[in-house]
Amino acid sequence: MSLSLGTGVDAAIRAHGVETYPNECCGALIGRDGAVTATYALPNTTEEGPRRRFLVRPSDYREAEKRAAEAGGDLLGFYHSHPDHPARPSQYDLDHAWPFFSYVIVSVREGVSEDMTSWRLREDRSAFDPEELRSA
Amino acid sequence: MANTINIPTPLRPFTDKKESVEVSGATVGELLSDLTKKYDGLRKHLYTDEGKLRNFVNVYLNDEDIRYLQKEQTPVKAGDTLSIVPSVAGGR
Repeated sequence: MSLSLGTGVDAAIRAHGVETYPNECCGALIGRDGAVTATYALPNTTEEGPRRRFLVRPSDYREAEKRAAEAGGDLLGFYHSHPDHPARPSQYDLDHAWPFFSYVIVSVREGVSEDMTSWRLREDRSAFDPEELRSA
Repeated sequence: MANTINIPTPLRPFTDKKESVEVSGATVGELLSDLTKKYDGLRKHLYTDEGKLRNFVNVYLNDEDIRYLQKEQTPVKAGDTLSIVPSVAGGR
């Protein structure tokens, strides 16, 4: 498994993570066949504390699917930031993960973006597997 | 009685890539049960090990969240459409 990020995608995710720091950012990944061509920034609507959680509510999810279809692509997954925390999925991420989607995580330390990784849920839901992330 | 269930992107690999599936039943729960009977791979992504709908799985009857109706006991009539809509959540 691998995910390629088209021109400007890597920068857009990092910029969103920096903008919302020290809170988590989130957004949709739109593209086709493992190639992300666009991001769609979404509001973090969590009520559990945005410094350590994010939530994409169903109405925003529907809008993201609609945007992907209008762009002639698919919804490939979601990105979010881990403020002052490594770019590794947590148990909470695993408990809430959907199959098929790529989960891109960017670590933002003291307002500066660092590592970016991507993960896919195993079919039996037991763990995430890392996937190769390539940027244009 | 046939009804349609709209399937979100991450679950389509389990429904032969279909965006919607025809199912039958008298309640929301029966429609979902018919769906997982047809596509068994969906079950663990929709339900917990205890058989409850996962809390980030939202089910809409037409445009109404079933949590505000009678949940899985909500009766359905011919032509009603069910939609499974993910909440996407995570964090450190």
